[in-house]
Amino acid sequence: MTTTIDRRSFVKATVVAGAGLTLAFNLPGCAPTKEEGPGADLNAFLQVKPDGSVVVTAKHLEMGEGTHTGLATLLAEELDADWSRISVVGAPGNAAKYGNNALGGIQLTGGSNAMANSFDQMRKAGATARAMLVSAAAAEWKVDAAGITVSKGIISHPASRKSGHLGKFAAAAATLAPPAEPTLKARKDWSLIGQDRLPRVDAFVKSTGRAEYTQDVNLPGMLTAVVAHPPRWGAKVKSFTVTQAKGVPGVVDVVQVPNGVAVIANTFWAAKKGRDALDVKWDMTNAEGRGSEQLWTEYHTLISKPGQDAGKRGHADRALAGAGRVLQGTYSVPFLAHSAMEPMNCVAQVNPGRCELWYGAQGHTFDQMAVGKALGLKSEQVTINTLYAGGSFGRRANPLSDYVVEAALIAKQANGRPVKLVWTREDDTDAGYYRPMYLHTVKAGIDGSGHIAGWHHKVVGQSVLGMTPFVPAGKPDPSSTEGISDLPYEVPDLAVELYTTSNGVPIQWWRSVGNTHTAFVVESFMDELAAAARRDPIAFRLDHLKPDSRYAAVLRLVAEKSGWDAAPPVGHARGIAVHGSFDSVVAEVAEVSLRADKTVQVHKVWAAVDCGTAINPDIIRSQIEGGIMFGLSAALHGKITITEGHPDQHSFDTYQVLRMSEAPAVDVHILPSEHPPTGVGEPGVPPIAPAVANAVFKLTGARIRDLPFTTV
Amino acid sequence: MPTTIILNGKSTSVDAEPDTPLLWALRDVLDMTGTKYGCGIGACGACTVHLDGEPVRSCQTPLSAVAGKKVTTIEGLSPDGTHPVQQAWVQAQVPQCGYCQSGQIMSAVALLARTPKPTDQDIDAAMSGNICRCGTYNRIRWAIKVAAGGDHA
Repeated sequence: MTTTIDRRSFVKATVVAGAGLTLAFNLPGCAPTKEEGPGADLNAFLQVKPDGSVVVTAKHLEMGEGTHTGLATLLAEELDADWSRISVVGAPGNAAKYGNNALGGIQLTGGSNAMANSFDQMRKAGATARAMLVSAAAAEWKVDAAGITVSKGIISHPASRKSGHLGKFAAAAATLAPPAEPTLKARKDWSLIGQDRLPRVDAFVKSTGRAEYTQDVNLPGMLTAVVAHPPRWGAKVKSFTVTQAKGVPGVVDVVQVPNGVAVIANTFWAAKKGRDALDVKWDMTNAEGRGSEQLWTEYHTLISKPGQDAGKRGHADRALAGAGRVLQGTYSVPFLAHSAMEPMNCVAQVNPGRCELWYGAQGHTFDQMAVGKALGLKSEQVTINTLYAGGSFGRRANPLSDYVVEAALIAKQANGRPVKLVWTREDDTDAGYYRPMYLHTVKAGIDGSGHIAGWHHKVVGQSVLGMTPFVPAGKPDPSSTEGISDLPYEVPDLAVELYTTSNGVPIQWWRSVGNTHTAFVVESFMDELAAAARRDPIAFRLDHLKPDSRYAAVLRLVAEKSGWDAAPPVGHARGIAVHGSFDSVVAEVAEVSLRADKTVQVHKVWAAVDCGTAINPDIIRSQIEGGIMFGLSAALHGKITITEGHPDQHSFDTYQVLRMSEAPAVDVHILPSEHPPTGVGEPGVPPIAPAVANAVFKLTGARIRDLPFTTV
Repeated sequence: MPTTIILNGKSTSVDAEPDTPLLWALRDVLDMTGTKYGCGIGACGACTVHLDGEPVRSCQTPLSAVAGKKVTTIEGLSPDGTHPVQQAWVQAQVPQCGYCQSGQIMSAVALLARTPKPTDQDIDAAMSGNICRCGTYNRIRWAIKVAAGGDHA
C-alpha cells in the first residue's frame, strides 16, 4: 500500500476523478436513502434497504475522528457493498450490542480504540451478512452458492447470468441463521480497506449545513433551557428569586437543579435573557476558593517530599550518583479547556418510567447509569439517540455525565415536554473538567559513552482516572505518568514518583490524556540530554532504542521525509520529538522561526506514524494533521488560570486557540504495516509541543520548560 | 413585531423580538440550523452569514439591523449542495466534526466573490476569524484554492 501521496496530489487526483459535479453525487451519504420499506436487519450493525442501499450502525460516536467512515469501511469491505450507497447512523445506548471490546464491554468512545476494538467485529458483521445474502440468492435462483459472486453491492451468478442488488435478497437473508465463523478476506483481496481516496461518509452533509447535531434538534413542543451555574466550583444554590426572569417574554419556568438554576423558555434567546434577569444567592461553604497561584505553591512544596512509586527499573539514584554529568529540569503545564466548537448540550424528555435523550453521546453506559440514578430509573429505561458531535476531545465522555444529568433533571420538571439544554460558550469553559495542571521534575545522568545513566522523574497533579472505575482507589493513576513509567528508551535505571493532588477544580481526560504533558517533558529533556552528550537529537534517541523498534522506524522515516540532515532555510530551525500512545507511535519534526516580536512561527511539520494497518489513510492523515493543530494550539496559547475558584478565561477572546494564519503546513507519512490497527485520533497530539520547543532551543539556546510559550 | 428579511432570495417574515440576534432568529424561529452557535461574541465565526453579500457574524447582528436586507445562509448557497465551494470542501475532504464548516464555507464564498484568485495572505486575512478546533485549516486552504479554479498551493 502506498501512503506517501501528498495532499496536493490527492486534491488534484480527486478533482480530475470527480470531473466536477459527478463526484459529489457519487459520494456516500449524499444520496438520500429511499425509504422503500423498513429494511432488513441482518445483524446489529447492518440493515439493507429494499433498494439495495446499506445502513451501517456505528457503535462509536462520530465527533470528527472518522469513526463512521472507518467502521463502515470494515463492514463494507467484507459485504462487498457499493461504497456510494452506504450511510451510517449512530448506535443507541445498548452496551450488550454496542459495547467497546477494549474497555470491558461498556459503551464508550475513547482511548483512540474505535478501529482496534472493531477491526474483527465489523469485518465479521459484513462477512456474516454477505454469506446470508449469498445463501438467499442461491435458494431463490436454485443454484450452488459457490458459483455466486458479490461486487459493489451486486450479487451475481455468472453461469446462469442472474444478478440483483443486495436489497432483493435482504428480507429472505434476514430469516437465515448467520454462519458461526465467517471466512474473512485475505489482505491482498481488500478493495476498500487501505484505499487512499475513499471518501468520508459525512463530508457532504457537513459541507452543506445538513448534518444534525444536538444543537439542531427540534422536537414538537420542545423548550430550551439555560442554566445559571455557581460562581465557584462546589458552591450550592442558597436562594433565588424568579420574578424578573419569569417576566421575560418567552420564559416558561425557572427550576432548580443540583448545580444551579435553570431558566426554561420557548427559545434560546428568551432563556438567556431570563437567566440574565435571575438573582441567585450562593452558598460558598464547600466551594473551592483557591486559584492557580496557590495550587502552584502547593505543588512546588509537595514535589520535594517522597511520592508514590509509579514505576521502577534498576537503581536510578545509584546510577545518577555514578554518572559523569547530571542534568535537571522543572516543567509545568497549565489547566486546559477542551473548547469543542459545539458547546455541551443535550435534549432530554422525561415521562413516567422513561427518559429519552438526543445528543452526541460518547459515554452511553456511564450516561445511562447516571441519568437512571438521578431519575430513579433503570439504565435500560434511559434511551439514547446518538447524533453527530461538534467536537469533543474527551469532554463529552464525562465520567460524571455532568451536562447529561443536568438536562435530564431539567426535563423531569417540564411536564413531559422535551427540553434542549444549551450551554453557552462561557458555561462550557467555566464548568471546568479541564486537563489538569502538572508539575514535573526530572533528573538524568550522562555516562562517559554518551548514554543515559539513571532517570529520576517526579510528577505532581490531579488524577484523571481517579473518578472512573478504571483505577482502584489508592493505586497510582497510570495515566498521570504514561510515557514515563513505560519510558520507551533503553534506560536501565528509572524511578518515577507520583504525587496525586486533590482540589475542587473539576478535571477530565483531554485528547491524549497524560501524554499531553509527559511527552512534552520526556521529549524536551531527551533533547537536552542529546545536546549534553553532543549527539544529534535523532541519533541520540536511536542510541537508546533497539533498531527494530517502532520508535526507531518512525524516527528514521521522519528524518528522511523532513530532510533532517540538510540545513533548514536561514533563520529557521528544526526540532524532533517521538511518542507512543494508544498503541501507535508518532514522530514529528517541526520547522520554526521567530518573528520580530519574538513569537514563535511554525512553518512546517513532518509526521511519521505507525498505527498498524491503515484502514483509511486519508483519515489517518487528517487526524494527525488535526492532532498537530490541537497540540500546537495548546503549546502556543492554551492556558486556563484560576482566581478564587473560578477561571479567568471564558471564551475565545481570552482563551486563545490556533487560527488559520498560524497553521503550519503538515506532511504526514504512514509506515506500512500489517499489524492490527491502533489509535490515530489522539497520538498526533503529544509530540508537537516538544518538537516545537526543541526547534526553538536551536534558535535561542534557551530551553522551554513551561507551557504555553507564545513568546520566547 | 415581525421583521421582514430577504432570506436566501425569498421575502421572509420573522416573528421575534428586535434585539434577537439573527443567529437565533434563524435557528429557533425559522428552524434553519445550518448556521451554528459557537461563542456568541463574534470570536469564532461559526455563525457567519452574508448580509447584502458581506460576511457578518449573525450572533452579533440583531434582527432590527437586517430588516429589508438580503441574508444568505449555508442553505442558500445552492439547492442541492453543489455550490463550487461546497464541492471543493468535499473533494478536499475538509470536515472532521463539521460544526464550524458552515461558517468557514460562508467566509470562503465571500472571499472568493471579492478575490477570485486569493493568495495565502488573502486566505489568512479572510479566514482567521473562523476557528476550527479539529484543525482542518490546511484542507480549508486547499479547498479554497480548488474552488478558485486550480490547486496552486
